[in-house]
Amino acid sequence: MSLAALRAVEVDYARGPALGPFTLELAVGEIVALVGPSGCGKSTALRLLAGLEAPSRGQVLRDPGRGETAVVFQAPTLAPWLSARANAALPLELAGTGREEARRRAGQALARVGLAGAEEARPAQLSGGMAMRVSLARALVTEPKLLLLDEPFSALDEITRRALADDVLRLWQALQPAIVFVTHNVEEAVYMASRVVVMTPGPGRLAGDFAVEGALPRPAGFRTTPEFRRSVEAVSHALAAGMAA
Amino acid sequence: MRRALEIAAPWALIALLIGGWEIACRALQVPPYLLPPPSRVAEALVANLPALLSAAWRTLTVAIVALVIASLIAQALAVLVALSPILDRTIRPLASVIQVTPVVAIAPLFLIWAGIDHPERALVALAVVVAFFPIFSGAVAGLKSADRDLERLFVLYGASRWQTVSRLRLPSAVPFLLEGHKVGAGLAIIGAVVAEFGAGSGGVRGLAWQILDAGNKLQTDRMIAALAALGIMGVALHGLLGLAEQAGLRWWRGG
Repeated sequence: MSLAALRAVEVDYARGPALGPFTLELAVGEIVALVGPSGCGKSTALRLLAGLEAPSRGQVLRDPGRGETAVVFQAPTLAPWLSARANAALPLELAGTGREEARRRAGQALARVGLAGAEEARPAQLSGGMAMRVSLARALVTEPKLLLLDEPFSALDEITRRALADDVLRLWQALQPAIVFVTHNVEEAVYMASRVVVMTPGPGRLAGDFAVEGALPRPAGFRTTPEFRRSVEAVSHALAAGMAA
Repeated sequence: MRRALEIAAPWALIALLIGGWEIACRALQVPPYLLPPPSRVAEALVANLPALLSAAWRTLTVAIVALVIASLIAQALAVLVALSPILDRTIRPLASVIQVTPVVAIAPLFLIWAGIDHPERALVALAVVVAFFPIFSGAVAGLKSADRDLERLFVLYGASRWQTVSRLRLPSAVPFLLEGHKVGAGLAIIGAVVAEFGAGSGGVRGLAWQILDAGNKLQTDRMIAALAALGIMGVALHGLLGLAEQAGLRWWRGG
């Protein structure tokens, strides 16, 4: 069953074409990684899926209603004047949920991302990884059907980003949202996604669409298995071929 | 050592200048009505202390009342401008006109409007005009400074226009507002003093009046003493507002 789709969408900015024509079908509960070189329109595709932008041509189909889509950006984008709890409660409060209830559910969302005890901390007092977890808690607090991640871990160190990748998979297992995430990192894409979509340099088109073998979330040591290496090779090859074309 | 030198250096320069001034006045036998030595200025300062203090208090009161009024008007207008692009285009040129008009030039007009019995109203109004712009432009810039991705999230979560202003744009503007008020307070004092000059000797008896009055009587030592009082008041207010700004920012960021 399709949850959202981009059908032959194209986006033009003042400086020229940014995306497409590009087509992507998204099924309920699947995890798709969008991989491509800088400036290929990955983030634009994500904003189309979020309904934050309209395509110049083509069609965007979205099943999730208001409040059922969540976005996590490259930076944590937290409000510095609010506590972690108030930041995580924001989506609910904006939608009209009572303050008490919103804060209670925000506390649960923070606990889910491993931040129990840090509820009253301000963003300035949190490490980069912790701030990103607050951002993730804010995205999950509405229990969205569609979770969009725009290079969410690119500013973090390798150990933190691997820990967060496992956290996201664990949360996915619990809540089963469809996830689309944008990344430069092929290994991260293969590790986290059930499907990797490769894009050409901008304006991005489809350069390849790969199903990744193996169950989600990944078992320990998945990164050393032959399936993992094979998928990484295939995606890297498609990426290189797209660059050369 | 280096730190001690950094703290001592400006004071050393001031001491050097005052010392040089004293020696030069005595050595060259400068007539006191032209340039009194600092020792005579200090005497005048002590002798006129009660009068100078109450004058400083009057000027400060005018500046503070003006700052509060300017703050309310500037922020209300900035919110309207942030809410509506049409209002932005409507209000902006007028705000710029206010900014570039010298306060001395409009002082006589305001004094006529205030009437002979209430020159203090004209002083407050003039100080408001001067203090308005930095607060207004700071507020407008601050209201536009919200993180773009955070704004996208507000759109995504269906925030109303008012929610976006009250829960995103206004809080984002706080650092800009603090800065704007710091600059505005300094200008409010300047506005109050300039307006007192405009009002002349019939006006409110603030520090500018003290300067004018001493000048008319050729009491140069009292004139410089009033100037020094004005300088001290300005520096103290600036320091106080700097501390308030830091405290405000700490509160905003949470330490």
